[in-house]
Amino acid sequence: MIHCVLHDPNDSVAVVVVEGVAAGSTLTGLILDEDRTITLPCVQDIPLGHKVALRDMAVGDTVIKYGIDIGRVVQPIRRGEHAHVHNVKTKRW
Amino acid sequence: MQTTFQGYRRENGRVGIRNHVVILPIDDLSNAACEAVGNNVKGALAIPHPYGRLQFGADLDLHFRTLIGTGANPNVAAVVVIGIEEQWTKKVVDGIKATGKPVAGFGIELHGDHDTIMRASKAAKEYVQWASELQRVSCRVDDLWVSCKCGESDTTSGCGSNPTVGDAFDKLYEAGCTLVFGETTELTGGEQIVAARCRDESVRVEFMRVFDRYQDVINRHKTSDLSDSQPTKGNIAGGLTTIEEKALGNIQKIGRKCLVDGVLDKAEAPTGHGLWFMDSSSAAAEMVTLCAAAGYVVHFFPTGQGNVIGNPILPVIKLCANPRTVRTMSEHVDVDVTGLLQRAITMSEAGDKLLDMMFRTANGRLTAAEALGHREFVLTRLYESA
Repeated sequence: MIHCVLHDPNDSVAVVVVEGVAAGSTLTGLILDEDRTITLPCVQDIPLGHKVALRDMAVGDTVIKYGIDIGRVVQPIRRGEHAHVHNVKTKRW
Repeated sequence: MQTTFQGYRRENGRVGIRNHVVILPIDDLSNAACEAVGNNVKGALAIPHPYGRLQFGADLDLHFRTLIGTGANPNVAAVVVIGIEEQWTKKVVDGIKATGKPVAGFGIELHGDHDTIMRASKAAKEYVQWASELQRVSCRVDDLWVSCKCGESDTTSGCGSNPTVGDAFDKLYEAGCTLVFGETTELTGGEQIVAARCRDESVRVEFMRVFDRYQDVINRHKTSDLSDSQPTKGNIAGGLTTIEEKALGNIQKIGRKCLVDGVLDKAEAPTGHGLWFMDSSSAAAEMVTLCAAAGYVVHFFPTGQGNVIGNPILPVIKLCANPRTVRTMSEHVDVDVTGLLQRAITMSEAGDKLLDMMFRTANGRLTAAEALGHREFVLTRLYESA
Protein backbone atom coordinates (compact mmCIF):
# COMPACT_ATOMS: atom_id res chain seq x y z
CA MET A 1 0.00 0.00 0.00
CA ILE A 2 1.13 3.55 -0.78
CA HIS A 3 0.84 5.65 2.41
CA CYS A 4 2.13 8.94 1.04
CA VAL A 5 3.15 10.54 -2.24
CA LEU A 6 5.68 13.17 -3.23
CA HIS A 7 6.12 14.88 -6.56
CA ASP A 8 9.85 15.48 -6.87
CA PRO A 9 12.71 13.46 -5.32
CA ASN A 10 14.02 16.67 -3.71
CA ASP A 11 10.73 17.47 -1.93
CA SER A 12 11.05 17.92 1.84
CA VAL A 13 7.44 16.85 2.52
CA ALA A 14 5.08 14.12 1.27
CA VAL A 15 1.27 13.93 1.31
CA VAL A 16 -0.46 11.18 3.31
CA VAL A 17 -3.03 9.56 0.99
CA VAL A 18 -4.66 6.98 3.28
CA GLU A 19 -6.62 7.22 6.51
CA GLY A 20 -5.29 6.00 9.86
CA VAL A 21 -1.56 6.77 9.53
CA ALA A 22 -0.30 6.47 13.13
CA ALA A 23 2.87 7.30 15.06
CA GLY A 24 5.36 4.45 15.11
CA SER A 25 4.49 3.06 11.68
CA THR A 26 6.73 2.82 8.64
CA LEU A 27 5.39 4.59 5.57
CA THR A 28 5.79 3.68 1.91
CA GLY A 29 6.04 6.82 -0.21
CA LEU A 30 5.54 7.03 -3.98
CA ILE A 31 7.61 9.57 -5.93
CA LEU A 32 5.11 10.51 -8.64
CA ASP A 33 7.63 12.02 -11.06
CA GLU A 34 9.83 8.91 -10.98
CA ASP A 35 7.28 6.15 -10.28
CA ARG A 36 9.44 4.60 -7.53
CA THR A 37 8.92 4.20 -3.79
CA ILE A 38 10.80 5.14 -0.61
CA THR A 39 10.19 4.28 3.05
CA LEU A 40 10.25 6.55 6.07
CA PRO A 41 9.34 6.40 9.75
CA CYS A 42 6.21 8.18 10.95
CA VAL A 43 6.53 9.71 14.43
CA GLN A 44 3.11 11.43 14.75
CA ASP A 45 -0.47 10.56 13.78
CA ILE A 46 -1.07 12.30 10.43
CA PRO A 47 -4.53 12.71 8.85
CA LEU A 48 -5.32 11.89 5.23
CA GLY A 49 -4.18 14.76 2.98
CA HIS A 50 -1.75 16.22 5.50
CA LYS A 51 2.01 16.35 5.07
CA VAL A 52 4.78 14.30 6.64
CA ALA A 53 8.31 15.77 6.79
CA LEU A 54 10.90 13.81 4.83
CA ARG A 55 13.86 15.43 6.62
CA ASP A 56 14.69 17.53 9.66
CA MET A 57 14.03 21.25 9.09
CA ALA A 58 15.06 24.30 11.14
CA VAL A 59 13.26 27.61 11.61
CA GLY A 60 13.75 29.73 8.48
CA ASP A 61 14.27 26.74 6.15
CA THR A 62 12.29 26.63 2.92
CA VAL A 63 9.78 23.80 2.50
CA ILE A 64 10.00 22.14 -0.93
CA LYS A 65 7.07 20.42 -2.68
CA TYR A 66 6.66 19.90 -6.45
CA GLY A 67 10.42 20.68 -6.36
CA ILE A 68 9.46 24.30 -5.55
CA ASP A 69 9.30 26.65 -2.54
CA ILE A 70 5.90 26.40 -0.76
CA GLY A 71 6.75 28.41 2.38
CA ARG A 72 9.02 28.81 5.40
CA VAL A 73 9.50 26.79 8.57
CA VAL A 74 8.38 28.68 11.73
CA GLN A 75 8.83 25.85 14.27
CA PRO A 76 11.48 23.11 14.07
CA ILE A 77 10.25 19.97 12.28
CA ARG A 78 11.78 16.49 12.56
CA ARG A 79 11.69 13.81 9.88
CA GLY A 80 8.45 11.85 10.19
CA GLU A 81 6.54 14.69 11.90
CA HIS A 82 3.36 16.43 10.77
CA ALA A 83 4.11 19.60 8.72
CA HIS A 84 1.21 22.05 8.53
CA VAL A 85 0.02 25.53 9.58
CA HIS A 86 1.48 25.11 13.10
CA ASN A 87 5.05 24.94 11.78
CA VAL A 88 4.96 26.24 8.17
CA LYS A 89 3.85 29.68 6.88
CA THR A 90 3.50 31.39 3.50
CA LYS A 91 6.24 33.72 2.25
CA ARG A 92 3.63 35.75 0.33
CA TRP A 93 0.97 38.25 1.37
CA MET B 1 -9.63 9.57 -27.84
CA GLN B 2 -13.02 9.86 -29.57
CA THR B 3 -13.17 12.52 -32.24
CA THR B 4 -16.92 13.17 -32.49
CA PHE B 5 -19.96 13.64 -30.27
CA GLN B 6 -23.63 14.51 -30.67
CA GLY B 7 -24.30 18.19 -30.04
CA TYR B 8 -26.63 21.06 -30.94
CA ARG B 9 -25.25 23.26 -33.71
CA ARG B 10 -26.54 26.81 -33.19
CA GLU B 11 -27.39 29.56 -35.67
CA ASN B 12 -23.89 31.11 -35.35
CA GLY B 13 -22.09 27.80 -35.91
CA ARG B 14 -21.12 27.23 -32.26
CA VAL B 15 -21.95 23.86 -30.71
CA GLY B 16 -23.79 23.29 -27.44
CA ILE B 17 -24.31 20.10 -25.43
CA ARG B 18 -27.51 21.23 -23.67
CA ASN B 19 -30.72 22.74 -25.03
CA HIS B 20 -31.94 25.12 -22.34
CA VAL B 21 -34.60 27.79 -22.68
CA VAL B 22 -33.42 30.39 -20.17
CA ILE B 23 -35.55 32.99 -18.40
CA LEU B 24 -32.99 35.69 -17.67
CA PRO B 25 -33.54 38.58 -15.23
CA ILE B 26 -31.72 41.86 -15.93
CA ASP B 27 -31.92 42.78 -12.24
CA ASP B 28 -32.89 41.57 -8.78
CA LEU B 29 -36.36 43.11 -9.13
CA SER B 30 -37.20 40.81 -12.04
CA ASN B 31 -36.35 37.55 -10.30
CA ALA B 32 -39.92 36.97 -9.11
CA ALA B 33 -41.39 37.32 -12.61
CA CYS B 34 -38.67 35.09 -14.10
CA GLU B 35 -39.26 32.39 -11.50
CA ALA B 36 -43.02 32.59 -12.12
CA VAL B 37 -42.44 32.02 -15.85
CA GLY B 38 -40.13 29.13 -14.98
CA ASN B 39 -42.94 27.62 -12.90
CA ASN B 40 -45.56 28.17 -15.62
CA VAL B 41 -43.62 26.59 -18.46
CA LYS B 42 -42.07 23.16 -17.98
CA GLY B 43 -38.55 23.02 -19.35
CA ALA B 44 -37.97 26.77 -18.98
CA LEU B 45 -35.08 27.59 -16.66
CA ALA B 46 -35.15 30.80 -14.59
CA ILE B 47 -31.73 31.92 -13.34
CA PRO B 48 -32.23 34.52 -10.59
CA HIS B 49 -29.36 36.68 -9.29
CA PRO B 50 -29.03 39.62 -6.86
CA TYR B 51 -27.62 42.44 -9.04
CA GLY B 52 -28.27 44.81 -11.96
CA ARG B 53 -29.29 48.09 -10.36
CA LEU B 54 -27.19 51.28 -10.25
CA GLN B 55 -24.04 49.57 -11.47
CA PHE B 56 -21.77 51.76 -13.60
CA GLY B 57 -18.55 51.83 -15.59
CA ALA B 58 -16.50 48.63 -15.86
CA ASP B 59 -18.74 46.91 -13.28
CA LEU B 60 -21.83 47.55 -15.43
CA ASP B 61 -19.96 46.45 -18.56
CA LEU B 62 -19.14 43.17 -16.81
CA HIS B 63 -22.79 42.77 -15.75
CA PHE B 64 -24.01 43.15 -19.34
CA ARG B 65 -21.19 40.97 -20.71
CA THR B 66 -22.07 38.21 -18.23
CA LEU B 67 -25.83 38.30 -18.94
CA ILE B 68 -25.41 38.55 -22.72
CA GLY B 69 -22.74 35.83 -22.70
CA THR B 70 -24.94 33.53 -20.64
CA GLY B 71 -27.85 33.95 -23.06
CA ALA B 72 -25.54 33.63 -26.05
CA ASN B 73 -23.93 30.40 -24.77
CA PRO B 74 -24.56 27.54 -27.23
CA ASN B 75 -25.96 25.36 -24.42
CA VAL B 76 -28.94 27.75 -24.58
CA ALA B 77 -31.49 27.35 -27.40
CA ALA B 78 -33.60 30.45 -26.73
CA VAL B 79 -33.94 33.19 -24.11
CA VAL B 80 -36.70 35.23 -22.48
CA VAL B 81 -35.25 38.37 -20.85
CA ILE B 82 -37.16 40.31 -18.17
CA GLY B 83 -36.06 43.62 -16.65
CA ILE B 84 -37.72 46.28 -14.52
CA GLU B 85 -37.50 48.75 -17.42
CA GLU B 86 -37.11 48.30 -21.17
CA GLN B 87 -33.85 50.02 -22.11
CA TRP B 88 -31.34 47.84 -20.32
CA THR B 89 -33.58 44.87 -21.17
CA LYS B 90 -33.28 45.75 -24.87
CA LYS B 91 -29.51 46.05 -24.58
CA VAL B 92 -29.23 42.47 -23.35
CA VAL B 93 -31.82 41.19 -25.85
CA ASP B 94 -29.88 42.80 -28.73
CA GLY B 95 -26.60 41.34 -27.47
CA ILE B 96 -28.03 37.82 -27.40
CA LYS B 97 -29.86 38.34 -30.71
CA ALA B 98 -26.49 38.81 -32.46
CA THR B 99 -26.03 35.02 -32.23
CA GLY B 100 -29.17 34.53 -34.34
CA LYS B 101 -31.00 32.55 -31.63
CA PRO B 102 -34.62 33.34 -30.65
CA VAL B 103 -34.83 35.91 -27.85
CA ALA B 104 -37.65 38.10 -26.50
CA GLY B 105 -37.51 40.88 -23.88
CA PHE B 106 -40.12 42.23 -21.47
CA GLY B 107 -40.06 45.31 -19.21
CA ILE B 108 -42.18 45.23 -16.05
CA GLU B 109 -42.86 48.98 -15.68
CA LEU B 110 -46.28 50.10 -17.03
CA HIS B 111 -47.37 46.43 -17.02
CA GLY B 112 -46.83 44.95 -13.56
CA ASP B 113 -45.80 41.39 -12.74
CA HIS B 114 -49.06 39.69 -13.81
CA ASP B 115 -49.18 41.01 -17.36
CA THR B 116 -45.42 40.58 -17.79
CA ILE B 117 -45.51 37.00 -16.52
CA MET B 118 -48.40 36.18 -18.87
CA ARG B 119 -46.72 37.60 -21.98
CA ALA B 120 -43.30 36.16 -21.10
CA SER B 121 -44.85 32.75 -20.35
CA LYS B 122 -46.47 32.67 -23.80
CA ALA B 123 -43.09 33.39 -25.44
CA ALA B 124 -41.33 30.83 -23.22
CA LYS B 125 -43.89 28.14 -24.08
CA GLU B 126 -43.33 28.68 -27.81
CA TYR B 127 -39.54 28.53 -27.34
CA VAL B 128 -39.65 25.35 -25.25
CA GLN B 129 -41.77 23.55 -27.83
CA TRP B 130 -39.58 24.81 -30.66
CA ALA B 131 -36.39 23.76 -28.83
CA SER B 132 -37.80 20.32 -28.06
CA GLU B 133 -37.73 19.50 -31.77
CA LEU B 134 -34.09 20.50 -32.31
CA GLN B 135 -31.95 17.45 -33.07
CA ARG B 136 -28.43 16.61 -31.97
CA VAL B 137 -26.00 16.27 -34.88
CA SER B 138 -22.54 14.79 -35.20
CA CYS B 139 -19.91 17.37 -34.16
CA ARG B 140 -16.12 17.28 -34.03
CA VAL B 141 -14.23 17.36 -30.75
CA ASP B 142 -12.63 20.69 -31.69
CA ASP B 143 -16.14 22.22 -31.57
CA LEU B 144 -15.95 21.82 -27.77
CA TRP B 145 -14.99 24.73 -25.51
CA VAL B 146 -13.82 23.24 -22.20
CA SER B 147 -13.24 25.21 -18.98
CA CYS B 148 -11.64 24.19 -15.68
CA LYS B 149 -11.64 25.41 -12.10
CA CYS B 150 -11.01 23.40 -8.94
CA GLY B 151 -12.66 23.85 -5.55
CA GLU B 152 -12.45 22.77 -1.92
CA SER B 153 -9.02 21.58 -2.94
CA ASP B 154 -6.77 19.56 -0.70
CA THR B 155 -3.39 17.99 -1.25
CA THR B 156 -4.94 15.11 -3.22
CA SER B 157 -6.07 17.71 -5.79
CA GLY B 158 -2.47 18.59 -6.63
CA CYS B 159 -1.37 14.93 -6.72
CA GLY B 160 -4.38 13.42 -8.44
CA SER B 161 -7.44 15.23 -9.73
CA ASN B 162 -5.74 18.43 -11.00
CA PRO B 163 -3.01 16.65 -13.01
CA THR B 164 -5.79 14.43 -14.44
CA VAL B 165 -7.35 17.61 -15.87
CA GLY B 166 -3.87 18.58 -17.06
CA ASP B 167 -3.49 15.28 -18.92
CA ALA B 168 -6.93 15.74 -20.51
CA PHE B 169 -6.14 19.38 -21.40
CA ASP B 170 -2.88 18.34 -23.10
CA LYS B 171 -4.87 15.88 -25.24
CA LEU B 172 -7.71 18.35 -25.99
CA TYR B 173 -5.19 21.09 -26.84
CA GLU B 174 -3.59 18.82 -29.42
CA ALA B 175 -7.08 18.06 -30.80
CA GLY B 176 -7.70 21.79 -31.41
CA CYS B 177 -10.20 22.49 -28.62
CA THR B 178 -10.74 25.88 -26.97
CA LEU B 179 -9.72 25.72 -23.29
CA VAL B 180 -9.59 28.08 -20.33
CA PHE B 181 -8.25 28.29 -16.79
CA GLY B 182 -8.24 31.24 -14.39
CA GLU B 183 -8.24 31.89 -10.62
CA THR B 184 -5.72 34.74 -10.68
CA THR B 185 -4.97 34.83 -6.93
CA GLU B 186 -4.60 31.06 -6.76
CA LEU B 187 -1.53 31.22 -8.98
CA THR B 188 0.37 33.05 -6.22
CA GLY B 189 3.69 31.29 -5.79
CA GLY B 190 3.44 29.61 -9.18
CA GLU B 191 2.95 32.66 -11.41
CA GLN B 192 6.41 32.27 -12.94
CA ILE B 193 5.48 28.75 -14.09
CA VAL B 194 2.45 30.14 -15.93
CA ALA B 195 4.49 33.05 -17.29
CA ALA B 196 7.04 30.58 -18.67
CA ARG B 197 4.25 28.68 -20.46
CA CYS B 198 2.91 31.79 -22.25
CA ARG B 199 3.11 31.52 -26.04
CA ASP B 200 5.08 34.73 -26.56
CA GLU B 201 6.30 37.86 -24.85
CA SER B 202 3.11 39.85 -25.45
CA VAL B 203 0.97 37.16 -23.75
CA ARG B 204 3.52 36.97 -20.91
CA VAL B 205 3.45 40.73 -20.36
CA GLU B 206 -0.38 40.77 -20.32
CA PHE B 207 -0.52 37.79 -17.95
CA MET B 208 1.90 39.42 -15.49
CA ARG B 209 -0.01 42.73 -15.74
CA VAL B 210 -3.31 41.12 -14.67
CA PHE B 211 -1.56 38.97 -12.06
CA ASP B 212 0.17 42.01 -10.49
CA ARG B 213 -3.05 44.05 -10.62
CA TYR B 214 -4.86 41.37 -8.59
CA GLN B 215 -1.97 41.20 -6.09
CA ASP B 216 -2.37 44.96 -5.62
CA VAL B 217 -6.08 44.46 -4.82
CA ILE B 218 -5.16 41.87 -2.18
CA ASN B 219 -2.44 44.05 -0.68
CA ARG B 220 -4.72 47.10 -0.58
CA HIS B 221 -7.61 45.36 1.19
CA LYS B 222 -6.02 42.65 3.30
CA THR B 223 -6.20 42.90 7.08
CA SER B 224 -3.93 39.92 7.74
CA ASP B 225 -1.78 37.49 5.73
CA LEU B 226 -5.04 36.03 4.27
CA SER B 227 -4.40 32.83 6.17
CA ASP B 228 -8.09 32.83 7.08
CA SER B 229 -9.18 33.04 3.42
CA GLN B 230 -6.43 31.65 1.19
CA PRO B 231 -6.05 28.74 1.73
CA THR B 232 -9.67 28.37 2.88
CA LYS B 233 -10.59 26.63 6.12
CA GLY B 234 -11.62 23.63 4.00
CA ASN B 235 -8.27 23.63 2.21
CA ILE B 236 -6.42 23.70 5.55
CA ALA B 237 -8.57 20.90 6.97
CA GLY B 238 -7.59 18.95 3.87
CA GLY B 239 -3.89 19.50 4.53
CA LEU B 240 -3.01 22.50 2.34
CA THR B 241 -0.78 24.85 4.34
CA THR B 242 0.14 27.88 2.19
CA ILE B 243 -1.11 29.75 -0.88
CA GLU B 244 2.08 28.69 -2.70
CA GLU B 245 1.29 25.00 -2.11
CA LYS B 246 -2.32 25.53 -3.21
CA ALA B 247 -1.20 27.41 -6.34
CA LEU B 248 1.33 24.76 -7.39
CA GLY B 249 -1.44 22.15 -7.09
CA ASN B 250 -3.84 24.38 -9.00
CA ILE B 251 -1.42 24.86 -11.91
CA GLN B 252 -1.32 21.09 -12.49
CA LYS B 253 -4.61 21.63 -14.35
CA ILE B 254 -2.85 23.16 -17.37
CA GLY B 255 -0.91 20.00 -18.05
CA ARG B 256 2.66 19.77 -19.18
CA LYS B 257 2.53 20.55 -22.88
CA CYS B 258 -0.12 23.13 -23.76
CA LEU B 259 0.89 26.76 -24.04
CA VAL B 260 -1.03 29.75 -22.73
CA ASP B 261 -2.20 31.34 -25.97
CA GLY B 262 -3.93 34.44 -24.65
CA VAL B 263 -5.40 36.35 -21.71
CA LEU B 264 -9.12 37.06 -21.31
CA ASP B 265 -10.95 39.60 -19.21
CA LYS B 266 -13.79 38.28 -17.03
CA ALA B 267 -16.59 36.71 -19.13
CA GLU B 268 -14.74 37.63 -22.34
CA ALA B 269 -15.08 35.17 -25.23
CA PRO B 270 -11.84 33.84 -26.71
CA THR B 271 -11.12 34.62 -30.36
CA GLY B 272 -9.53 31.31 -31.33
CA HIS B 273 -8.71 27.81 -30.16
CA GLY B 274 -5.97 26.98 -27.68
CA LEU B 275 -5.55 27.54 -23.94
CA TRP B 276 -6.67 30.88 -22.53
CA PHE B 277 -6.11 32.39 -19.10
CA MET B 278 -9.10 34.31 -17.71
CA ASP B 279 -8.38 36.96 -15.08
CA SER B 280 -10.99 35.86 -12.56
CA SER B 281 -12.06 35.29 -9.01
CA SER B 282 -10.96 32.04 -7.39
CA ALA B 283 -14.42 31.56 -5.85
CA ALA B 284 -15.92 28.53 -7.58
CA ALA B 285 -19.40 29.73 -8.54
CA GLU B 286 -18.12 33.12 -9.74
CA MET B 287 -15.45 31.55 -11.94
CA VAL B 288 -17.75 28.88 -13.42
CA THR B 289 -20.39 31.55 -14.15
CA LEU B 290 -17.73 33.62 -15.95
CA CYS B 291 -16.67 30.58 -18.01
CA ALA B 292 -20.28 29.96 -19.04
CA ALA B 293 -20.64 33.64 -20.01
CA ALA B 294 -17.45 33.42 -22.10
CA GLY B 295 -19.09 30.63 -24.12
CA TYR B 296 -17.61 27.45 -22.62
CA VAL B 297 -19.95 24.43 -22.86
CA VAL B 298 -18.45 21.81 -20.53
CA HIS B 299 -16.47 22.21 -17.31
CA PHE B 300 -13.90 20.07 -15.46
CA PHE B 301 -14.08 20.58 -11.68
CA PRO B 302 -11.52 18.69 -9.58
CA THR B 303 -12.24 18.65 -5.85
CA GLY B 304 -10.47 17.26 -2.80
CA GLN B 305 -12.67 17.88 0.23
CA GLY B 306 -15.90 17.85 -1.83
CA ASN B 307 -17.19 21.07 -3.40
CA VAL B 308 -20.79 20.47 -4.56
CA ILE B 309 -21.06 23.31 -7.15
CA GLY B 310 -23.01 23.27 -10.40
CA ASN B 311 -24.15 25.89 -12.90
CA PRO B 312 -27.53 26.44 -14.60
CA ILE B 313 -26.24 26.10 -18.18
CA LEU B 314 -22.69 24.75 -17.99
CA PRO B 315 -22.46 21.04 -17.06
CA VAL B 316 -19.84 20.68 -14.30
CA ILE B 317 -18.01 17.33 -14.28
CA LYS B 318 -16.51 16.60 -10.85
CA LEU B 319 -13.48 14.44 -10.33
CA CYS B 320 -11.82 13.48 -7.08
CA ALA B 321 -8.71 11.61 -5.90
CA ASN B 322 -9.47 11.72 -2.17
CA PRO B 323 -10.71 8.26 -1.09
CA ARG B 324 -12.57 9.62 1.95
CA THR B 325 -14.46 12.19 -0.13
CA VAL B 326 -15.34 9.61 -2.77
CA ARG B 327 -16.65 7.37 0.01
CA THR B 328 -18.61 10.00 1.96
CA MET B 329 -19.83 12.23 -0.92
CA SER B 330 -20.11 9.78 -3.81
CA GLU B 331 -23.30 11.35 -5.17
CA HIS B 332 -21.28 14.44 -6.15
CA VAL B 333 -18.42 12.67 -7.92
CA ASP B 334 -18.59 11.93 -11.66
CA VAL B 335 -15.06 10.57 -12.07
CA ASP B 336 -13.19 8.68 -9.34
CA VAL B 337 -9.41 8.95 -9.81
CA THR B 338 -8.38 7.65 -6.36
CA GLY B 339 -6.55 4.82 -8.13
CA LEU B 340 -3.84 7.31 -9.14
CA LEU B 341 -2.57 7.63 -5.58
CA GLN B 342 -2.30 3.85 -5.13
CA ARG B 343 -0.50 3.42 -8.48
CA ALA B 344 -3.54 1.41 -9.68
CA ILE B 345 -3.95 3.60 -12.79
CA THR B 346 -1.55 5.84 -14.72
CA MET B 347 -2.01 9.57 -15.23
CA SER B 348 -2.79 8.99 -18.90
CA GLU B 349 -5.46 6.42 -17.97
CA ALA B 350 -6.97 8.91 -15.49
CA GLY B 351 -7.02 11.59 -18.18
CA ASP B 352 -8.73 9.18 -20.59
CA LYS B 353 -11.30 8.32 -17.91
CA LEU B 354 -12.14 12.03 -17.57
CA LEU B 355 -12.31 12.46 -21.37
CA ASP B 356 -14.64 9.45 -21.62
CA MET B 357 -16.95 11.15 -19.08
CA MET B 358 -16.64 14.41 -21.04
CA PHE B 359 -17.89 12.72 -24.22
CA ARG B 360 -20.71 10.98 -22.33
CA THR B 361 -21.68 14.35 -20.83
CA ALA B 362 -21.47 16.04 -24.23
CA ASN B 363 -23.77 13.35 -25.66
CA GLY B 364 -26.36 14.11 -22.98
CA ARG B 365 -25.52 12.30 -19.74
CA LEU B 366 -26.46 14.51 -16.79
CA THR B 367 -23.59 15.34 -14.43
CA ALA B 368 -23.95 14.72 -10.70
CA ALA B 369 -24.43 18.46 -10.17
CA GLU B 370 -27.18 18.60 -12.82
CA ALA B 371 -28.98 15.57 -11.39
CA LEU B 372 -28.79 17.08 -7.90
CA GLY B 373 -30.16 20.44 -9.09
CA HIS B 374 -27.07 22.58 -8.48
CA ARG B 375 -27.57 25.83 -10.42
CA GLU B 376 -25.22 28.31 -8.81
CA PHE B 377 -25.37 31.47 -10.95
CA VAL B 378 -23.10 34.00 -9.24
CA LEU B 379 -22.22 37.31 -10.85
CA THR B 380 -18.85 38.94 -10.15
CA ARG B 381 -19.02 42.55 -8.89
CA LEU B 382 -16.03 44.87 -9.21
CA TYR B 383 -17.02 47.66 -6.76
CA GLU B 384 -19.89 49.53 -5.04
CA SER B 385 -23.02 50.71 -6.87
CA ALA B 386 -23.52 54.33 -7.92
